[in-house]
Amino acid sequence: MKKNFLKNSIVQSILTSLICIVLGMIIGFIVLLFINPAGAAEAIISVAKNFLTYNSANMQLKYLGNTLVKTAPLLMCALSVLFSYKVGLFNIGAAGQYVVGACACLYAALAWKWSWLPCMLLAVLAGAVFGAISGILKSYFNVNEVISGIMLNWIGLYSTNMILSNVKEAASPYTYQLTAAGEQALLPTLGLGALFNKNQYVGLALPLSVLMAVLIWAILAKTKFGYELKATGFNKNAAKYSGMAEKRNIILTLVIGGALAGLGGSLLYQTGYEQWQCTHSSLPAMGFNGIAAAFLGGLNPIGTIFSSFFIQHITAGGAYVDKTMYCSQISDLISAIIVYLCGFVGFFKYAMNSRIEKSEAKAAAKEMGKEAAAENKKGGKE
Amino acid sequence: MEQPYAIEMLNITKRFPGIVANDNITIQLKKGEIHALLGENGAGKSTLMSVLFGLYQPEEGKIRKDGKDVKIENPNDANDLGIGMVHQHFKLVECFSVLDNIILGVEPNKLGFLNKAEARKKVTELSEKYGLHINPDALIEDITVGMQQRTEILKMLYRDNEILIFDEPTAVLTPQEITELMQIMKNLAAEGKSILFISHKLGEIMSVADRCSVLRKGKYIGTVNIADTSAEELSAMMVGRNVNFHVHKEEAKPGKVVLDVQNLTVASNLHKNDAVKNVSFKVREGEIVCVAGIDGNGQTELVYALTGLEAAAGGRIELLGQDITNLSIRKRNDMGISHIPEDRHKHGLVLDYSLEDNMILKRYYEPEFSGKFGIMNKANIRKYAERLIEQYDVRSGQGAATTARSMSGGNQQKAIIAREIDKNPELLIAVQPTRGLDVGAIEYIHKQLVAQRDAGKAVLLVSLELDEVMDVPDRILVMHQGEIVGEFDPKNVTQEELGLYMAGAKKDKVEA
Ligand SMILES: Nc1ncnc2c1ncn2[C@@H]1O[C@H](COP(=O)(O)OP(=O)(O)OP(=O)(O)O)[C@@H](O)[C@H]1O
Ligand SMILES: [Mg+2]
Repeated sequence: MKKNFLKNSIVQSILTSLICIVLGMIIGFIVLLFINPAGAAEAIISVAKNFLTYNSANMQLKYLGNTLVKTAPLLMCALSVLFSYKVGLFNIGAAGQYVVGACACLYAALAWKWSWLPCMLLAVLAGAVFGAISGILKSYFNVNEVISGIMLNWIGLYSTNMILSNVKEAASPYTYQLTAAGEQALLPTLGLGALFNKNQYVGLALPLSVLMAVLIWAILAKTKFGYELKATGFNKNAAKYSGMAEKRNIILTLVIGGALAGLGGSLLYQTGYEQWQCTHSSLPAMGFNGIAAAFLGGLNPIGTIFSSFFIQHITAGGAYVDKTMYCSQISDLISAIIVYLCGFVGFFKYAMNSRIEKSEAKAAAKEMGKEAAAENKKGGKE
Repeated sequence: MEQPYAIEMLNITKRFPGIVANDNITIQLKKGEIHALLGENGAGKSTLMSVLFGLYQPEEGKIRKDGKDVKIENPNDANDLGIGMVHQHFKLVECFSVLDNIILGVEPNKLGFLNKAEARKKVTELSEKYGLHINPDALIEDITVGMQQRTEILKMLYRDNEILIFDEPTAVLTPQEITELMQIMKNLAAEGKSILFISHKLGEIMSVADRCSVLRKGKYIGTVNIADTSAEELSAMMVGRNVNFHVHKEEAKPGKVVLDVQNLTVASNLHKNDAVKNVSFKVREGEIVCVAGIDGNGQTELVYALTGLEAAAGGRIELLGQDITNLSIRKRNDMGISHIPEDRHKHGLVLDYSLEDNMILKRYYEPEFSGKFGIMNKANIRKYAERLIEQYDVRSGQGAATTARSMSGGNQQKAIIAREIDKNPELLIAVQPTRGLDVGAIEYIHKQLVAQRDAGKAVLLVSLELDEVMDVPDRILVMHQGEIVGEFDPKNVTQEELGLYMAGAKKDKVEA
C-alpha cells in the first residue's frame, strides 16, 4: 500500500520544525518593525546570516567555528532534556547541572591543575550528583522534578559563583584564562581548528557531543534500558506491574541527564572560549535553550544535533544586529522569540496530523476498496 | 406520516489501515426502542458507534436523523443532533469533580461567570428523576467505576440528548449495578429516548433490548426481534457456530500447595479500615480457586498484595514453600506468578507501544529478547509475538506492529491473556479475565484456565460474574468487607446462597 509521504513521522518532525523556524522569524521581524521599521529587514537578515555576514571565506569559517564551539554544549543540554523527557520527566534542572559541570571542571583546572580528562569527568560527576538529588527527591519523597530542578538551579549558580571566586582575576569578575593558568586542561583540538581557519577553540567537543547524540539514540531505540525507560514514560503503572524498578529508573535517568548537562559545561569552558563571570545573577541560557533544542529536534537525538546548531546559529546571529538602530538587548530578544516558537513543534505536528488524517483516509479507502473487491471474488462465501 | 426511525445509518463503510472495520453496514434505530448491537471482539461495534458520534468519518454511506440526511463531522455536531455516547473506556477528567465533568464544555454562565448553582440544580433533578445516584462533589479518581458511569450517563442527559449510545456499559459493573443500569435504560426508553446498546452479555440483551443487530468481522449479519429469538440463536448468529456456555471439565486432582496465604492484612487507600483483614487460604496445584464477592470488598487489594503491587501490612505469603511477602514484583514474576490485571489500560498494557512490545512486557529482559549489552533482538521479538497472535487469535489491523491503543477492547484483553498464560506460570492470578470478551472468546479463555489446571498449575480466579463463579472453579471463597466469609464447592451451592454470603447476610468460620 502506498504511504502518504507526510504521514512519515521523520518527515513530519522536520517539516513542523521548519514551520516553527519560519514563523519565529516572521514574528521577530514584526517586532523589529514596531521598534524601528527602517532597519527591520536588515536586522532579521543578519540574525539569519550569522557568520555569513563576513565577506571573506576565511572569516566565515572562523566564525562558523565559534558557532560550533557553542553548539556542542547546547547539544549536551538538549540531550539531557530529551533523555529525561522520554521517561516522562521534565529536566528543567539541566541549566543548573550545566553550571555545576562548568564549576567543577574550571575549579579542578585552575586550582588543582588537573589535566583535561579528569576535569571533564569531574564535571560529569558534578552534573550527575545534581541530577541524582532531583531523582531521589522525586522517587522517594514525591517532590516534583521541576520544583527541585529550579531550586537546584539557583543553588548551583550561587555556589559556583562562590567557589570560582577563589580562582578569579583580581581586577575583574572573571575566572583566570584557561589558556594562561590552566593550559593542561584545554580539550585536545585534534587538529580540527585548522579546518576553521585556525580557530583554536574547535576540537574534541564537537565530535564528542555528536557521538553522545548517537549513543543516546542507540540506548533509547535499541536497548533493554531504553525499552524500560520509554515504557515508564508512557505508562508508569504498567512499568511497575511488569516489574521494572521505576524508582531506580527515575533516579538513573536524572543521573544520566545530569551527567550529560554537566559534560556540556565541560565542553564549553574547557575550550577556553569563555571565562566564568563570578557575578552572574542569572543562569546561562544554555540549559534553557536545551529545552527548545530538544523539542525543535522533534525529541529525536539525531534531530537534536541539527536543532542545536540552528538555535546556536541564530543566538550568535543576534550579535550582528545594528546596535545604532536597536538597543543592545535586541539580539537576545529576537533569538528568544525564535527559540520560543520552537517550543510549538508539538502543536504544529498535531494540527498537521489531523489535517492529513482526512485526506489519507480517503486515499487508503480507494486502495483498500480495490483489494477487498479482489479478495471477495477469490474468497466467495465462507 | 410519522417517521418511525430516530436514526438510520445506511451502508456505512469505514476502513483502517489493513482492515475494513465496517463493511456496508445498515442499522435503523426506532424511536423509543432499545436496540442492541452484538458482535465478536473486533467486529466493528465501537467503530460504528464512533462514526455515529462523529469521531470517525465513514468512507461510504450516510446517516439520517428523523428521515433527513445529516452530516456528523465531530462530536459537537453529534451533540447538536441530540446524540450522546458513553464510551467503552470512559472519558472523564480524573482530577475534576463529578459536577465539573458533567458540565464540562457546556458550562452555564452569567456574563461569562460560571453559574454552578444552576447546573447543580439541573444535575440533582436529573439524578433523582432517573435514579442515578451520585455525589456531585466527589472527585472522579475517588469514586467507583459504577459511579463514573452514572456520571457519563448524566453527562448525556444534561445535554438533553435524545439518542443515547452505550458502548459495553456493563463490562465494568457489578451484578447489582447492572440490574440498576438495566432499569435506568428502561426508564429512559419509556421517556421516549432511543438507545443503542453494545454488550457481549446475551442475558442482558435478552432482558432489556427490543431488537438486536449482529455484526461479524465488519459485516452486517442481520437484525432480529428479541421476542422471537433466544440467546443460543443470537450467539450462533454472532460467532457462526454454536457456543458452549458450560465449561466442560474433569474432576480436579489437587496436589501440593502452591500459594499459601496466612493472616494477610492489607491497608486500604480509600478508608481507615484495612481492605483485607486477616485472610488465610491455600491454592493447590491442579485446582482453580475463585474469590467471589461484590466489587470493592478487598479483592483488588488482595491481588495487589499477592502480586507485589502493594505491600502487605501484616501476615505472610508463601509460593511453593518460599516466603515471598516482601519480594519485588520482578522476583515474584520470575518465581512463576502470572497476573491478568483487573484494569487493562492502567496496568496491563503500554498503549503507545506496539502489540509486539506489549507481548514481551514481562519477559523483555530474558536472553531470548535482549542479548549482549542489553541490545534488544527485534527479530526474536517479532517471531515470538507472531506466534502468540496466531495461537490466541489476537486480531488487529497490522499484526505485531499495531499500536495497542488502536486495537479493539476485547483483543487488547486477549493479548494480555496470551502473554500471561504463555509465561507458563506456577500460579496464574486472573482478575476478571473475561471482562469485555465475546462469548466465543470467553469459552476459549475458560478452556485455557482449565487447561492450566490440568497441566498441574494453580489458578486463582477473581470474578464478579456469578455465571463464571459457578462454572469455572473447583472451590469458591466469598469475600465480604475484607474477610473470607465462606468456602464452597460449586457443585453444592446455589447462586442465591452465594448471594447471601456476598451481601454479608451470612457468614461462616473458614479455616485455611
Ligand atoms: N483508530 C484505529 N486505528 C486503526 N484500527 C482501528 C482503530 N480503531 C479500531 N480499529 C480496528 O478496527 C477493528 C474494529 O474495532 P472495534 O473497536 O470497532 O471493535 P469492537 O467490535 O468494538 O470490539 P470489542 O468488542 O473488542 O470492543 C479492530 O480490528 C481494530 O483493530
Ligand atoms: Mg468495542
